[in-house]
Amino acid sequence: MAGDEHDLEPWQHALYDQLRDAGVTQFAYVPDAGHRILIDRSIADPDVHSVALTTEEEGVAMLAGADLGGARGVLLMQSSGAGNCPNMLSMTVGGRFPFLTLISMRGDFGEGNPWQFPMGQATQRVLEAMGLIVMRIDRPEDVRPVVAAALTMAFQSGFAIAVLLGQRLIGAKKF
Amino acid sequence: MARPTRMQTNGHPPPVLDRREAVPALIERPRDFLVVAGLAGAAQELTAITEDSPLNFPLGGAMGAAVTMALGLALAQPKRRVLCVTGDGELLMNLGSLATVAAMNPPNLTIVCVDNCRYGETGNQETHTGMGVRLDVIAEGSGIPVVFTVNTADDLPEGRRLVSEGGGLAFILLRVKEGPALRTKRRFEPSRVRDRFRAALLGVE
Repeated sequence: MAGDEHDLEPWQHALYDQLRDAGVTQFAYVPDAGHRILIDRSIADPDVHSVALTTEEEGVAMLAGADLGGARGVLLMQSSGAGNCPNMLSMTVGGRFPFLTLISMRGDFGEGNPWQFPMGQATQRVLEAMGLIVMRIDRPEDVRPVVAAALTMAFQSGFAIAVLLGQRLIGAKKF
Repeated sequence: MARPTRMQTNGHPPPVLDRREAVPALIERPRDFLVVAGLAGAAQELTAITEDSPLNFPLGGAMGAAVTMALGLALAQPKRRVLCVTGDGELLMNLGSLATVAAMNPPNLTIVCVDNCRYGETGNQETHTGMGVRLDVIAEGSGIPVVFTVNTADDLPEGRRLVSEGGGLAFILLRVKEGPALRTKRRFEPSRVRDRFRAALLGVE
């Protein structure tokens, strides 16, 4: 990793290390600027499977399969992708599969694209309606403790957890 | 308006095989695999021919999940062979999963699609394969390295060889007539099926 980038965005790098330290070996994602560092590091990491999806719901099913095989995975997606997942989450919640997704928010703090608001504003309620526990991070110093809590709740207690990374944390896209 | 007829056969001969014979003939040793089975007929059949193996996960919902669920399992268990058996309707719900799995190219995964041109779970309505859509061509175009279509009993030995020998990611389209699947009592409680699978494979729930 370039030192400059590390200095500019330390929490994303620490977050990747935290996920790896917790035994996460499958990273499923639909490409997104908000998750760029996590995705790039998973691609560069020879000890994990970095899986590009065509739609986010594939990742929900994939992580259930990972759990059947004794592996831990995480789904990286944008808030718009959360809208593609509800029916697939029937298996996660009904099957009591552990599940962790990190969601980079759009349609949130400082959003400049009006198309992003309906799904972004509905994301938390949609996931909660499907039975997920949703936590939100808006400050860099909260990333580590909230993700630590989420990892325990997902992989020790077996619940389905979504962590929303707010636009106040990741920065609103400039148009 | 009448449906266009242009695509109705699209190069495929009419299906002649009875799935109740063709599925067990294609998958000779189902208990050699970790299995993910799609909805309806596939879930019934794999429960029947594995004699309700704990290492079979039959879906009762979450349509479109089978292929990527099998992908996650195959990546997690590189030393085991994973078999995904699903139907045309279940696969059509998530055609992108063929692109996702092809890009990963897991060498230990075999996908069998039992294509009866029908949505068996919901009342046997026609699917797009009955309107001419070719899943074997889509699988090939997605980049799956081995794609084979079983149209008649003459094709079964080669299909059987591909399933039993493995040796790389493969997609086998098994074309069957409309008609009943092998029936058995399915386990519908997904958390129990999950726990049973993990206990049998990993020794933990």
